[in-house]
Amino acid sequence: MSILVNKNTRVVVQGITGKEGSFHATQCKAYGTQVVAGVTPGKAGQEVEGIPVFNTVRDAVKKADCDTSLIFVPPPFCADAILEAADAGIKLVICITEGIPVNDMVRVKRALRGRDVRLVGPNCPGVITVDEAKIGIMPGFIHKKGVVGVVSRSGTLTYEAVHQLSTLGLGETTCVGIGGDPVNGTGFVDVLPLFEKDPETQAIVMIGEIGGDAEEKAAEYIKKQIKKPVVSFIAGITAPPGRRMGHAGAIISGGKGTASEKMKALEAAGVRVVKNPAEIGHAVKAALGR
Amino acid sequence: MNVHEFQAKSLFAQFGVPVPRGKEITSPEAATAWADELNTPVFVVKAQIHAGGRGKAGGVKITKDKAAVAGLAKELIGKTLVTHQTGPKGRTVHRLLMEEGANIAKELYLSILVDRDTGWATFIASTEGGMEIEEVAEKTPEKIIKEAIDPAVGFQGHNGRNVAFALGLQKIEPTVINSFVQLLGNLYRLFMEKNAALVEINPLIITKEKTLVALDGKVSFDDNAIFKHEDVQKMRDLNEEDPLEIEATASNLNYVKLDGNIGCMVNGAGLAMATMDVIKLAGSEPANFLDVGGGATKETVAAGFRILLKDPNVKGIFINIFGGIVRCERIAHGVIEAAKEVKINVPLVVRLQGTNAPEGRILLAESGLKVDVADDLWEAAQKIVKLTGKAA
Repeated sequence: MSILVNKNTRVVVQGITGKEGSFHATQCKAYGTQVVAGVTPGKAGQEVEGIPVFNTVRDAVKKADCDTSLIFVPPPFCADAILEAADAGIKLVICITEGIPVNDMVRVKRALRGRDVRLVGPNCPGVITVDEAKIGIMPGFIHKKGVVGVVSRSGTLTYEAVHQLSTLGLGETTCVGIGGDPVNGTGFVDVLPLFEKDPETQAIVMIGEIGGDAEEKAAEYIKKQIKKPVVSFIAGITAPPGRRMGHAGAIISGGKGTASEKMKALEAAGVRVVKNPAEIGHAVKAALGR
Repeated sequence: MNVHEFQAKSLFAQFGVPVPRGKEITSPEAATAWADELNTPVFVVKAQIHAGGRGKAGGVKITKDKAAVAGLAKELIGKTLVTHQTGPKGRTVHRLLMEEGANIAKELYLSILVDRDTGWATFIASTEGGMEIEEVAEKTPEKIIKEAIDPAVGFQGHNGRNVAFALGLQKIEPTVINSFVQLLGNLYRLFMEKNAALVEINPLIITKEKTLVALDGKVSFDDNAIFKHEDVQKMRDLNEEDPLEIEATASNLNYVKLDGNIGCMVNGAGLAMATMDVIKLAGSEPANFLDVGGGATKETVAAGFRILLKDPNVKGIFINIFGGIVRCERIAHGVIEAAKEVKINVPLVVRLQGTNAPEGRILLAESGLKVDVADDLWEAAQKIVKLTGKAA
């Protein structure tokens, strides 16, 4: 078992003929993911490493029977690409692209509301179910099949946590990058119940950062609904207020969204909060009594 | 990106949001000339810097004497203003906004931004105009009115009426309700069409003549959307930005200057923040946030070194790379090459982990560079703090 994606997931890569798109489509395929189609308007008939390219997602769905999309389309055209996937009947849209205008995402999020489609990202590393499917840009080899579910707003910081879990022999089930943008599709509170229900996942690592109140919302949810142990790290205790720290969503505004507020809320919900990111793995090990 | 008040107000005027007659002024002569044209009983001269709290810091002058405006302009231009938002060093005033005074009957607060929770553009309003909204929210949360706008249909009249009646405009001044509703609609259009991140009017006043006027104005834009708007790009004022941050942006690096002594260079924003946090835990303070991006190369590493070493506070450098798609031995090559070009005269600790990390560490160790190599994050942080000394 796992969440969101597995060995049966059939992926279409939007923006497959671009530099990023072709490189990562190839990497995902090499990991064992079923990358069955690509889309670049006007390039139907071409192939990228044996993956057929179509003009539209609709064509890709019709001819290659894909259910999940991985998006590398440049920011100005990305809102359109997400909506194209949804309109074509894709059930899971994973958007890697960084730099989409916030107001574009406001419209996209509204348009997806109430529809049978889940958006992960944008501005995220993607989703990986270890040894089954890698749908994103994370380095596959650092992952080891195991018992920990990981959900995170960051990319390389997630790799850091995964590396610790793998090195300590705990391993991961599925790792979900929800992205660093202020308006995104799937949030912590959407992923947590999936891990809670997944029989293979024994513990959850949640990596947050400054800005917004997604971690506080997650704390409320964990308190009421999550029985499995949760370990959390929140990046940005040293971040100054009013400054954007790389991610569009990583900003303390009006005194709200600080790391210490988030840590306090999570601790109050029974989450094991580590202050040192080098101790994430050890904290999980302790939580599992190993 | 932030802009000045005079720029915000010119956008307001463009979108039908009433503002006082005013003009950007950069010399005492220009102040006198504009005063003649303005010909008003009260002149307001406001220092233009990207920070709030200008009034309390002496950056806003009011006079009834037309002959006095040149003197006020002279006093303010070149002055350094220290407000609660500028930090202790303050900001130098390069330009002024000079406008007509207004007869204030009532001050309101109004702003619009995207509520991250709902993902909808949301108005925030309060009868406590002129006060810091954070303070109002803290002390009297019942006085904060919120109205979210459905992006599928945009602003509707009822959105404006909801805010107007919740504010009690029917009691304060019923004749302005219609124009208030219209003003909110215009502000929403500005917000969406110009891809603003925040539009704030504090205070929005009701004048004794029973009109609405945006007496102050603040607009910041979504950096991801500035490419769409040439007019907004032209509003950028480099005087308001840190020179090192300007250089970093030009090299496509994400850099934020901080006050500590340990310069750090990291791939990825989350890991960059976490690295700053680890430095603090180890007993020192980070000199900056620097994300060299997922595809760090020799060029980006060299640019990063140059920026870090220009900061006189930097007493040591900590490079933390988690190689994913980027291979660590390529980063090691980059560090070695860049170190040849840029003279590094402070201790350097490099932590490499992930793809080909052992190869990268061997390359660095055998390079002849004076560099401490580590594979563990905590060990590396302790090393650099030991080499540079703990923060006072």
